[in-house]
Amino acid sequence: MNAVYAARKRTNAVLLTISGFAVAFGLFWLAWILGTLFYEGGHALARATLYYEMTPPPGADGGLANALLGSGVLIFVGTLIGTPVGILAGTYLAEYGRGGWLTGATRFLNDVLLSAPSIVIGLFVYSVYVARVRHFSGWAGACALALIVVPVVVRTTDDMLKLVPNSLREAAIALGCPTWKMIVTVSYRAARTGIVTGILLAVARISGETAPLLFTALNNQFWSTNMNAPMSNLPTVIFQFAMSPYEDWHRLAWGGAALITLAVLTLNIVARSLFQKKD
Amino acid sequence: MSAVIPISDDTSSAEAISDTPPGPRRVRPMRWMDAAFENLTRFFAFLVFSLLAAILVSLVYGSHLSLNTYGLRFLWTKDWDPVQDRFGALVPIYGTLVTSLIAMLIAVPVSFGVALFLTELAPSWLKRPLGTAIELLAAIPSIIYGMWGLFVFSPIFQEHVQPALVASLGSIPFAGALFKGPPLGIGMLTAGLILSIMVIPFIAAVMRDVFELVPPLLKESAYGLGSTTWEVVWRVVLPYTKVGVIGGIMLGLGRALGETMAVTFVIGNAHQLAVSLMAPGNSIASALANEFTEAVGDLYFSSLIELGLILFLITTIVLALSKLLLLRLSRQEGSRT
Repeated sequence: MNAVYAARKRTNAVLLTISGFAVAFGLFWLAWILGTLFYEGGHALARATLYYEMTPPPGADGGLANALLGSGVLIFVGTLIGTPVGILAGTYLAEYGRGGWLTGATRFLNDVLLSAPSIVIGLFVYSVYVARVRHFSGWAGACALALIVVPVVVRTTDDMLKLVPNSLREAAIALGCPTWKMIVTVSYRAARTGIVTGILLAVARISGETAPLLFTALNNQFWSTNMNAPMSNLPTVIFQFAMSPYEDWHRLAWGGAALITLAVLTLNIVARSLFQKKD
Repeated sequence: MSAVIPISDDTSSAEAISDTPPGPRRVRPMRWMDAAFENLTRFFAFLVFSLLAAILVSLVYGSHLSLNTYGLRFLWTKDWDPVQDRFGALVPIYGTLVTSLIAMLIAVPVSFGVALFLTELAPSWLKRPLGTAIELLAAIPSIIYGMWGLFVFSPIFQEHVQPALVASLGSIPFAGALFKGPPLGIGMLTAGLILSIMVIPFIAAVMRDVFELVPPLLKESAYGLGSTTWEVVWRVVLPYTKVGVIGGIMLGLGRALGETMAVTFVIGNAHQLAVSLMAPGNSIASALANEFTEAVGDLYFSSLIELGLILFLITTIVLALSKLLLLRLSRQEGSRT
């Protein structure tokens, strides 16, 4: 009996240690990736030319200014298009359509969309927009990013509005408030932090997206704010530069990669701390 | 109690009340907004609802040329020859499935360990920072994984790990064929490994969430009978959350299948069907990323879109299954409590 007990305790100890190793395994990759990223990208980040010079031809020195501008514009416009769509759709799910067929089905499909491969989104925007107008453009890129923003915002808006206690809604209605005004002034206000968190996470998600931009915004070597022309953007530049055989381009790619990661991780941590303050 | 509005009153004083400014009439002009706002939100909900169908239709439309030319044969044709205009999806499909399978083989046990540690072992002050750190793995953009994989991981893998794998596992009969060939650093095994790191946070997060659904009473009963922590997790927590755990695994699989940039950097992009996992291959997503903007010719183009269609169908089915399983767990949970 004692031997059995000892064996059980031993199994327990061994397997729990292994589970500790599993966590260490995950942290190990995180540390390794971030470590090399900032080691390799650090030099590039420290050079001021990175921020005001254009992407160079092979063998020359340069910066990422046009890519930074392009990424900024694409992310901004993408968020601007995607956020209202997501918030309004999420509002329907949580406020109006309770128990309806549209709500159940949309929630389900939205969750599928949330994890759908982003390259397929790029393909979709290519076939409905780029193939029609016959040229790559900033608008197409922004639309592709917006399509990635939408499911994230729908999900968080829906979840956060569902957390708003019904007694608040009833109180507003009992005061004679119309439903739309109740939603705008009571529900939205109660769920504000959560919805903002969702938007920040969506921005973080699209900041690093490369696949949907390959077929939509493409790339541009020059400083351009024309949304109807191909637009430079950080992820595509990194992809192009990293795959090239040139040492200078590699260095810039590392700089861009460090920059993106820094931005994405900061956004994530800000979003998290914003949300935690609430509870 | 003195401020109660008189209910039974004569008409003259009722008129007097309705003449006072804050009557209900001031709200009424805005009532049209109600219908407008509701229909606006319904419109956008419907838009989201129809998006998936719209993607499907556009992909089917875009690939009609290749669908008509090859039919179902496309799925098991090995050729991919833009020069002679002969296309088949077997190689990319194989690469996609193999890399995802490798990723799952590594990620599932690791994620289980992470979830176990986070729910049962970690002291409460450590839970949040550890959980956040693991989730940050999911926040790192996939292009970063790709770049790191190409420049940092694969040279080390090529020099130190692959020769050892070839030497130790390559001589096993049958299974050894999987580990034969020159150590190139890049290839399907590398892609699978990097994919596994990328999906660990997704699977671990779902597992952790469903583990926390287990009623404490059940766990305490098992502890009370003298179970060890491992026995509680393996015999009580896991059977209770089985459906959700499988849902989480499917979610990770869906992610792995559609992952583009990380795989594109390290898979080698070679249209060849190799038994060895060390050999370079191709996946659907990386074929698209590499060739789409350079494709010349309608059939080539259409074949690439059909690849996208196949990827879309596979991931949608996997993700829908995952969602259904997770829904079943939460419904079960609802009926038990």
